[in-house]
Amino acid sequence: MTFAETAAPTQPGADSDAPGTADGGPGRARTATRQGRADLLRYVARRIAIGLVLVVGTTLIAFLLTQLVPGDPAAANLGQQAINDPAAVAAFREQHGLDRSLPEQYVIYLGNLLQGDLGISQQSHRAVSTDLAEYVPATAELAFFAIVVSLLLGVTFGVVAALTRDRWPDQLLRVASLAGVSAPTFWVALIAFYVFFFKLGWSPGGGRLDPGQAAPQHLTGLYTVDALVHGQWSLFRSALGHIVLPGLVLAIYTVGMLLRFTRASVLEVVGSDYVRAARAKGLPERTVIARHILRPALVGIITVAGVAFGSLLSGTVLVENIFGWPGIGQYAFRSATNLDLPSIMGVSLVVATFYIAINIVVDVSYGVIDPRLRLS
Amino acid sequence: MTAPAVAVSRARRGWRRGQSQGVGSPWRQPLAIVGVGVVVVWTLVALLAPVIAPADPIAQTSPLFLAPGAHHWFGTDELGRDVFSRVVFGTRITLPLAALLVAASMAIGSVLGGLAGLLGGAVDTVIMRIADLVFAFPGIILAMAVTAALGPQLRNAVIAVIIVSWPIYARLVRGLVLSARTSQYVLSSRLLGASSWRALLVDIRPNVAGPVLVMGALDLGNAILLLSGLSFLGLGAQPPAAEWGSMVAAGSINFDKWWISLFPGLAILTVVLAFNFVGDTLRDALDPRTARALRA
Amino acid sequence: MTATRQTVPADQPAQTARLLEVENLTVSLPTRQGHCNAVDGVSFGIDRGAILGLAGESGSGKTMTAMAMLGLLPHGARTGGSIRLAGTELRTMSQRGLRNVRGRRIALISQDPATSLHPMLSVGTQLTEHMRHHLGLSKDAAHARAVELLTTVRIPNPEQALGHHPGVFSGGMRQRIAIASALACDPDVLLADEPTTALDVTVQAGILRLLDRLRRERGLAVLIITHDLGVLSAVADDVCVMYGGRIVERGRRAEVLGRPGHPYTRALLDALPHPETPDSALRPIPGSPPALGAIGDWCAFEPRCGLRIEACGQRRPLLNMLPGAPAAALRDAATTDASTTDASTTDVTSTSDHEAAATSEHEAACFVTAPAGAR
Repeated sequence: MTFAETAAPTQPGADSDAPGTADGGPGRARTATRQGRADLLRYVARRIAIGLVLVVGTTLIAFLLTQLVPGDPAAANLGQQAINDPAAVAAFREQHGLDRSLPEQYVIYLGNLLQGDLGISQQSHRAVSTDLAEYVPATAELAFFAIVVSLLLGVTFGVVAALTRDRWPDQLLRVASLAGVSAPTFWVALIAFYVFFFKLGWSPGGGRLDPGQAAPQHLTGLYTVDALVHGQWSLFRSALGHIVLPGLVLAIYTVGMLLRFTRASVLEVVGSDYVRAARAKGLPERTVIARHILRPALVGIITVAGVAFGSLLSGTVLVENIFGWPGIGQYAFRSATNLDLPSIMGVSLVVATFYIAINIVVDVSYGVIDPRLRLS
Repeated sequence: MTAPAVAVSRARRGWRRGQSQGVGSPWRQPLAIVGVGVVVVWTLVALLAPVIAPADPIAQTSPLFLAPGAHHWFGTDELGRDVFSRVVFGTRITLPLAALLVAASMAIGSVLGGLAGLLGGAVDTVIMRIADLVFAFPGIILAMAVTAALGPQLRNAVIAVIIVSWPIYARLVRGLVLSARTSQYVLSSRLLGASSWRALLVDIRPNVAGPVLVMGALDLGNAILLLSGLSFLGLGAQPPAAEWGSMVAAGSINFDKWWISLFPGLAILTVVLAFNFVGDTLRDALDPRTARALRA
Repeated sequence: MTATRQTVPADQPAQTARLLEVENLTVSLPTRQGHCNAVDGVSFGIDRGAILGLAGESGSGKTMTAMAMLGLLPHGARTGGSIRLAGTELRTMSQRGLRNVRGRRIALISQDPATSLHPMLSVGTQLTEHMRHHLGLSKDAAHARAVELLTTVRIPNPEQALGHHPGVFSGGMRQRIAIASALACDPDVLLADEPTTALDVTVQAGILRLLDRLRRERGLAVLIITHDLGVLSAVADDVCVMYGGRIVERGRRAEVLGRPGHPYTRALLDALPHPETPDSALRPIPGSPPALGAIGDWCAFEPRCGLRIEACGQRRPLLNMLPGAPAAALRDAATTDASTTDASTTDVTSTSDHEAAATSEHEAACFVTAPAGAR
């Protein structure tokens, strides 16, 4: 059989199945790229717009919740001592337009929010915004540590569970991950603190640094980062030592969550033809896992990572107080136990905004990984 | 060919085939068995609490801070109450409330999600945007804000958990209704004249009920965690009620007296874990498509 | 890397007559009733430059046979028999050793190029990753070779194509890319698992011609796995028909397709559309293939067979019973089968003095006489 004989029917054009984009040449390819970038931009813009609408929605919820408070809102917002001070009450009514209609009050409330006015904390008698600004970095540091740990452990063990499906490592990890999502975080924190600090002395104890240590010069507010930047090694070690135990406790729930989800995502991919094809090419198993299995599974994992971040923020409320971690979780805990309403609403709004922002990031990275999603 | 030969070979094959089909009941999975067993034990404890508990859960009759021993298996707390009795009576708060919470969230979420899916349009938009708003808060943060606004009481904590929990069911039911509505058999039954709402509900219900119930089983554990978390924050059950979350909180003040918080926490862990064992097995037993809908 | 190559020089005639020799291969999978044979005593061989077709419905064990050659069986699978590539035993080889065979000496083309190419990796990555791993090529060298390969399989504008994701190509183009990827490390054997099933008929012809050209130009031994005997009629040299994990008929293509001996082969052929008489109704095979573990020592096709006799449900028919021998004449083979089943299915010469086996390579495992000119 000659070359020409076999070749003729497979020539592009003669083949009814002529190549699509590939024969469009470089010009068309470049247009496609530009089109893709425009799609991505539009996608990102839409996600951000949705996020902004959600943030406004959360303020509406916070506003309505304060309206639900039985009795005088001035009393609820100012606390019992201040209520005896007629001048303070009058000032509060004036500032919040309490004699006006509800929609007007909401507009005033929004206006105050936009100026960064979240009210006055009843415990600290400072502006809630001032309090939050002080406490946010501590929680950010803790949550960041915990999410990194959760992703590392959750994804790794999730892959292990999927690849050993229904055999003993999978069974073991299944029970472990279910236990992780079943344990009450506040209780685990207490037990961990008792065992590792009180009994074993492995943990340096509560707070972000040892007593007497001065915080590193403020840069990001994350002590580990700031200490590193300024080359303060002992301070860095101390900050890291303090973050490990609360960080791990926080991560228990999210590791369980990510593990279970990673297992499910990997199982969906692992039986696919393209993974079989990759193995049939004789690639080393680590390449097959990292390049061919994990990448598609990542799309789903990232979504859950966003949800996991939300659980972490919830967890800080329950965990920080036990470890004396001066973040918004401890602030929220104290506000809740003291019924400090402006602070609770302030924390809720800030955390919700954080969470919405994280979910925008998740959606956008989702769109970057999987181009098909940009169009929907 | 003769009949007996065929009969013999048929019989052999039939026997093997029958054997291979005897699979798949989720109730034969070890985790589910353990889970159901633990739930049954805790339910019995709740029913028989006055018989099991040696002491009145709120009677301050013993010395303070007694370590676990022969008289007080789980020790006594900061007010001299018997921790074991309090853990036992704690079932009477946690278990019924968990059932109530999930039933209420399921009912509210299913009705709203069903309406959104069936009616579409503005109703769909409004309901689902509210659900989105609830999802914009991490669970316990919103529950905390709601309880704080309504006043720290167990009743308000329950309301808060329901407010946080219903959107999951609404999303699930809406999705299931939408996919069932467009599926072939519902379309064909409508073409055959079954156009009334009732017929539509009859067609769709079987597709919705299973996943919603599994979701409920999975959610029982979460509801307990949320409620006990609120109590831990002092926003749920108020003293002197024997509620597990608030018992852990009391122990956290005297954390060197480990028994005060260890046992109620273990109680929460075992109950939630048991529900999750059951829920997880049920989810695996579902077909993959619904399983995916549940995860999302 | 090259050491493996040198132990079995490509151009030197191997000790065994054939490049790939599968002998009495058994694959059993774990089920609830214990291990059940998914592949049961399968033997065949392929020469360099030859195409062997392995036909059968889904569930007949074709794909499992191919996966056994690559050592990519499901976890818990057990194997027996022998798979020799140029004399080297693959069945007992370690996974590490097999990774140097996969992709490099035996390459796989999957059924559906839409799913066998990774949707998120560029064509360039998928074409070069195993070249770089197996052949130790530099990035540039691998790229150059990828361009060359895409030219060989007639992908237009190969340079641009390398930068694209598989999603922008049509089905036929994707299968060409998959073939290029299979050729990347210059393998000896190509396993094509339903290579044309997912494609349009006109595209199918192009792919089959491409495979035909490649085996001639490169001396590839090709195993085409398909449920469609029509595909094999175009290119295969030899044809094996599988049912229930066993080879029920094998021989030269013209013999098997022209004078099918086994009722199952006939049924498969009857299920094909006839180009000459387009109006004649297709005759699907009633029933469905047996479940794993539902086959014992009798003819697996018996429940669906229109020609069954008493012996069919009692004893296992062997490959050397046809052609042309009446059922009664097979009694001596049938009486000895219990002890020699496995050995006798595979090796024609070892079967004593059976008249049909000694003379013909065309064999069918059936007790029933083939009606002359069945089609």
